Amino acid sequence: MPRSRAWTGHRYVSAVSAIVAERLVREFKAVRAVDGIDLEVADGEIYGFLGPNGAGKSTTVHMLTTLMPPTGGRAVVGGYDVVKDGPKVRELIGAALQEAALDPFLTGRDHVRLQASLHGLSRTERASRGDELLERVGLTDAADRKVRTYSGGMKRRLDLALALLHGPSILFLDEPTTGLDPQSRNALWVEVARLAREDGVTVFLTTQYLEEADVLADRVGIIDFGRIVAEGTPAELKAAIGRPTVQVAPSDPDERESIVKTLDRFGSPVEAEPGRLAVRLDAGYDLADVVRALDNERLKVMHLELDEPSLDDVFLAKTGHRLEGQADAQPEPVGA
Amino acid sequence: MAFALVFPLFFLFVVSSGLDPVSSLPGFPADSYVDFMFAIPFVHGALFTALNSAIELGRDIDTGFLNRIALTPARGIAIMLGNLAGGVALVMIQYCIYFVGGLLMGAHFEAGLLGVPVLFVLAALGAVAIGAAGMTVALRSGSPEAVQGIFPLFFVGLFLSSMNMPRNLIENSWFQWIATVNPVSYLIEGLRSLIVAGWDLETLAIGYGVALGAIALALSVSARAFRARMTRT
Repeated sequence: MPRSRAWTGHRYVSAVSAIVAERLVREFKAVRAVDGIDLEVADGEIYGFLGPNGAGKSTTVHMLTTLMPPTGGRAVVGGYDVVKDGPKVRELIGAALQEAALDPFLTGRDHVRLQASLHGLSRTERASRGDELLERVGLTDAADRKVRTYSGGMKRRLDLALALLHGPSILFLDEPTTGLDPQSRNALWVEVARLAREDGVTVFLTTQYLEEADVLADRVGIIDFGRIVAEGTPAELKAAIGRPTVQVAPSDPDERESIVKTLDRFGSPVEAEPGRLAVRLDAGYDLADVVRALDNERLKVMHLELDEPSLDDVFLAKTGHRLEGQADAQPEPVGA
Repeated sequence: MAFALVFPLFFLFVVSSGLDPVSSLPGFPADSYVDFMFAIPFVHGALFTALNSAIELGRDIDTGFLNRIALTPARGIAIMLGNLAGGVALVMIQYCIYFVGGLLMGAHFEAGLLGVPVLFVLAALGAVAIGAAGMTVALRSGSPEAVQGIFPLFFVGLFLSSMNMPRNLIENSWFQWIATVNPVSYLIEGLRSLIVAGWDLETLAIGYGVALGAIALALSVSARAFRARMTRT
């Protein structure tokens, strides 16, 4: 029987769900860190879980990876309930959590051997699989060096290799590129995309980085204060916010009010950078209309730009505040 | 490990050299102070090594390494016992070195060859009890620094025992009382009995009983702390 498939917007994935959460809740004393999350991740999909620090991303990952029991709701990963069938879930999943979780006094190869033996791989399998993964993440040359000599990017790559050692079909990545330089970040993106597309691994990725979700994820769930506020493909989410925004910097501060009145004819005012004015264009209007109107009114502007909606705009529209600017803060702690 | 090897032997050398005249006290149970103190490196070694293992566990929790292990099929009890077993394996190597070092310093071992494993096992049980207690602190705090912080408490517990003087010769009544209720005294006396007296089965049995009792208590507390820390389903 052919496997049923679903179109994500740019590729097909299985329509079978690898991860299902229903009204998932996690409370810590007075704090409800995860407040009733419903989500489904298809087999082979890359699902981006986007939100600021403290939104509940890592807590959700800890529940889905069986490290923490939910206080309400349920979750099924790989067909197994995370509470009742924890050991079976752990056989199917790999996880690279927020901390790289490496012993600085062991070498990369030591880590691989330890992890492989804990997963019950035979001695031959440990060696061959270990070498294969170290090569895949580009750490063959550094494998026999102690981890304390590794850069941040190298540690993350080793972390990913360890998560993949036992051949999981579902991979959880909790802010895998936080603190990495752009080059290391791109390298990790390439590997994650390859895992999903070539190996069919389902990837559940939490991130604070809009670009990461935009580039990597087939679908994105936006979480804030423990709740999913929006979900869909990046294109769907941006289209739902819809219209582009025109941003204008007046040349003459005295003309500011006139420019505001002109812009108001074409859409609704939105938050702009300091000293600028912005309007989200209504359907039927475009940048040329705005330029013509400003010209007709003989209003001078220093700067004019057209912004397509971004995931940050989606976040702003759904939550009332921006996500960008929070991405370089300290990693989100798990629980209270 | 270097510190755990050097300090106990250094301590033995210094105190047994400087305090040998104490062995002339009427009623002193050993012919020389080095014989009397020969048990102490085994207790020191147990303390240093067991607490180091607990510090490493605290570090594993702090860095998230325990979460990595929690995601494997490894059973919780195996993780706990593995941590303790690692400490015991290390401490056994140390015990061999202390034993030879003590003999080179002029100590005598009355229990003979058969007494050596009995000595090592009793001392190792002490290491397990201390290790389990340290593990509890590591699991509850998730911090290697917190485990380091309790080290002075253990050291004070050692000194407030019959470590330096037999209980019946401690003149100060409150010190003698503390040494009498301190379970460490009985562990030390059990070890010491093999060195000084040979086969004093009653003292040996009490030492083993106290060690096993301490292990039972410490392991039950640390198991509860482990379940609270590793909340995986």
